[in-house]
Amino acid sequence: MSTGTGQSQPEGKWPKLLRRGIMENLATLIIAAGFIMLFQPFTLILYTYSFVTLLVGTVMFIIVSKFPE
Amino acid sequence: MPNNPPSILDRSADKAAALTPARMSRSIKGLSDRAVAWWFIAPTIILLLAINIFPLIWAVKLSFTNYRANRLNAEVKDVGLRNYERILTDPDIWQAMQATAHFVFWTILLQTLIGFALAYLIDRKFRGHAFWTTVILIPMMLSPAVVGNFWRFLYQPQIGLFNYIVTFFTGAEPSSFQMLGSVDLAPWAIVIVDTWMWTPYVMLICLAGLRSIPDYIYEAAEVDRASNWRRFWSITLPMALPFIMLAVLFRGIENFKMFDMVMLLTGGGPGSTTEVASITLKREAFEKWRTGYSSAFAIILFVAVFGLANIYVKALNRVKQR
Repeated sequence: MSTGTGQSQPEGKWPKLLRRGIMENLATLIIAAGFIMLFQPFTLILYTYSFVTLLVGTVMFIIVSKFPE
Repeated sequence: MPNNPPSILDRSADKAAALTPARMSRSIKGLSDRAVAWWFIAPTIILLLAINIFPLIWAVKLSFTNYRANRLNAEVKDVGLRNYERILTDPDIWQAMQATAHFVFWTILLQTLIGFALAYLIDRKFRGHAFWTTVILIPMMLSPAVVGNFWRFLYQPQIGLFNYIVTFFTGAEPSSFQMLGSVDLAPWAIVIVDTWMWTPYVMLICLAGLRSIPDYIYEAAEVDRASNWRRFWSITLPMALPFIMLAVLFRGIENFKMFDMVMLLTGGGPGSTTEVASITLKREAFEKWRTGYSSAFAIILFVAVFGLANIYVKALNRVKQR
């Protein structure tokens, strides 16, 4: 499990949009959406696509938590 | 420098050094500190790999096959993503997920509210508070098997104490409702038992949080003539929040895996109203023997809990930094 305290690297030419804070928030939103989709009682379609959403969010979170601040 | 007699530790170290075979002693002397450290942690890492990481990787591998653990000689075919596709389009599994969500949401909400309230009361040192703390902690020390069995008796419609207590407050006939046999009441019956059993655990963690708040902060607030309500919202709650969040994380992960207590109380019934994900998983794996299919289901649950734990740890770090 990532603790979200990955090593900070010198900023350099790292694109602003790919900074850790923004990307982690995006990954968190995707995980939260996947989680709600998995347990919601309304539509089977949302349940069907929940795992892909969760997986994408989790893998993204693990990767972006290593990005520089 | 005074010549001190060797301590017990020194003597033991000398004895151990004398007992070490000369050949081994020579090879250890040539090792760096880092290498010696690796030698010390190697058994733990090997054990962790063998009992945690290897089964996880094996389960991922099995989730792409039609493997059945009761047919060892049958040909194992690679089925690609078919197991995942079946699980994610199965209305019964979807129903199990909803039962799990109901159980996890309500148990965590109730345990956090009641647990924090109890911790807040126990933190005010009154006469006999140590005794009451011990009494409150008793349920969490019991085995889930014991708890499941005696709550079955408490929920008996004819002789169960629970129905009589409800009768006392509502006036309804004790035998007019069945907590474990009714489709509407059974999901709440398991929520009540889990809350009864695990609220003391949440209380204990919250109590540690409340006891860690230094007195001088309250004294400063008193000097500023802050009201009790203001002190609670501005000091107590924010400072105890990391502990509350930790308790929620621990209980959340545990309740996603809840099996024993629910199995003993309702066995997933009536129908499949209380069939939480772990019970469905057990049935697929060890009653229907669809090992590949159940591995895929286990991986889905793992990713869900892992993803949630990631978000949660991030939130916890933010709260701690404040």
